[in-house]
Amino acid sequence: MEIFQLLEYDFFRNAFLAAFLMSITCGIIGTYIVARRMVFISGGITHASFGGVGISYFFGWPPMAGAAVFALIAAITTENLTRKKVIRNDSLIAVMWSLGMAIGIIFIYLTPGYAPNLMSFLFGSIITVTTTDLILMLALTLVVMLFFILFYRIILFVSFDEQFAKTRGIPVMLVNYTLIILVALTIVLSIRVAGIILVLSLLTIPQNAANLFTSNFSRIIIWSVILGFIGAFSGLLVSYYLNIPSGATIIFSLVTIYVLGRAIKAISSQRRILSK
Amino acid sequence: MDQPLISLSNIDAGYNGKTALKGVNFEIFKGDFIGVIGPNGGGKTTLLRVILELIKPSKGKIKRYIEKSDIGYLPQVNQFDDKFPITVSDVVLSGMTKGINLKRKRNASAEKRVEETLNRVGVDALKNRPIGELSGGELQRTMLARAIISVPELLVLDEPNTYVDNRFEQELYRILKELNETMAILLVSHDVGTISPYIKTIACINKSLHYHPSNEISIDQLKVYNCPIEMVTHGTVPHRVIGEHKSD
Ligand SMILES: Nc1ncnc2c1ncn2[C@@H]1O[C@H](COP(=O)(O)OP(=O)(O)OP(=O)(O)O)[C@@H](O)[C@H]1O
Ligand SMILES: [Mg+2]
Repeated sequence: MEIFQLLEYDFFRNAFLAAFLMSITCGIIGTYIVARRMVFISGGITHASFGGVGISYFFGWPPMAGAAVFALIAAITTENLTRKKVIRNDSLIAVMWSLGMAIGIIFIYLTPGYAPNLMSFLFGSIITVTTTDLILMLALTLVVMLFFILFYRIILFVSFDEQFAKTRGIPVMLVNYTLIILVALTIVLSIRVAGIILVLSLLTIPQNAANLFTSNFSRIIIWSVILGFIGAFSGLLVSYYLNIPSGATIIFSLVTIYVLGRAIKAISSQRRILSK
Repeated sequence: MDQPLISLSNIDAGYNGKTALKGVNFEIFKGDFIGVIGPNGGGKTTLLRVILELIKPSKGKIKRYIEKSDIGYLPQVNQFDDKFPITVSDVVLSGMTKGINLKRKRNASAEKRVEETLNRVGVDALKNRPIGELSGGELQRTMLARAIISVPELLVLDEPNTYVDNRFEQELYRILKELNETMAILLVSHDVGTISPYIKTIACINKSLHYHPSNEISIDQLKVYNCPIEMVTHGTVPHRVIGEHKSD
């Protein structure tokens, strides 16, 4: 079947749009996460959100709403306690990480009957993205883009050297909290695409591939968006034709892109050495 | 010399209830060039943080007679991530920010200022390099450029001579002497032997602060001040720790 014919199907068009929107959001937010070495924090937020999924199943609420609440609580707690140095950052994250998963599992087991979409939360299912999901993704993408376009340098300066930024009168706390909230929301919406277990790769693999060729924050963002989209779209196609969960195929495509990037880099630097 | 730029009176400061500074009285005036010395953990960085209002003192009063943005700051090397994906020119540009400014396009005059400042510290050729690809000394020069681009009234430098080779160290002191004509300077070093010959006065910190109103200090005086510092002197300089360089 032609790719363009596929786009005539509602489900495929939705999946395509979701891949497009989340490539933009994850490209931007992922660059922030990677540059600021917040990958582990993001993992904590991701897994904590599973607690919200479990509770929502139990009470019959929309799971994504529960996930969002838990992710936000985890994000704000991390930011807050890290600042006060109450507990070591990585230990705190590890606690949140496993506590979230534990709460999720407890409530899912307490819920009578079969948890229908559990697999799609764990591994993602971009094929079942609804119009509501898309509207939320569009809103988040617009907010993230606007925030980064308006405050690009402020974000860059705070991320690089918080203390110095403070001496220049930048409201560092406000910037940090806004960003951690955007990180949490991005993670929750990305769970639709790649699932709790795989979501971290959407936020890190494109960035690391881009980082092979540039160390400039804004260029890493742009290349992450492009590579993220290529990975998501090709993963989507593979998923459709081979009938494999999309989260896994998308991650596999992204890793392939990264490996190709490494190979290209190795070859080109070898060439440079030889031509000297 | 009537009004200071900033004055600290009876300041206590520390972290999580642990005191790092006790009963500090200190004033900085226009034209000052103060060398701050003291052992590792003596509270030098903490003093700078108090002056920059990065930490709140638990006791005492700070009076600032200049704007906060009129203080230039070069932090100690371990404060930021030296592999962060940011270019030299962006780092230097951050020294020009003042609060939140929505103008995100870099205008030509800012661009020119960045170039001039980089030129002044001798790294103009590295303008578009990410900082992760700089040597330690090149990074320090970049940080100096960031600290002085706003032409502050007071410049505070936390061990700017770390990683810097001897040639740039001399150059650094020459630049600082020049800058001192228009701004007061507070220069921290834990190593008295390599502190600038151009400093005018010395503050010695070991939890408490002793101000020494000349640029010569003897080992005996340091002992009196309870200020054990690393003695890295060149040749045998038994008593005079810091002396005026012979005019060259
Ligand atoms: N962020 C912090 N949290 C807790 N304690 C701190 C912190 N920073 C410094 N201290 C403690 O405060 C005291 C003073 O530290 P400070 O950094 O001011 O010393 P310093 O004179 O700058 O030392 P160095 O020469 O090593 O830079 C030390 O005992 C140190 O352990
Ligand atoms: Mg220090």
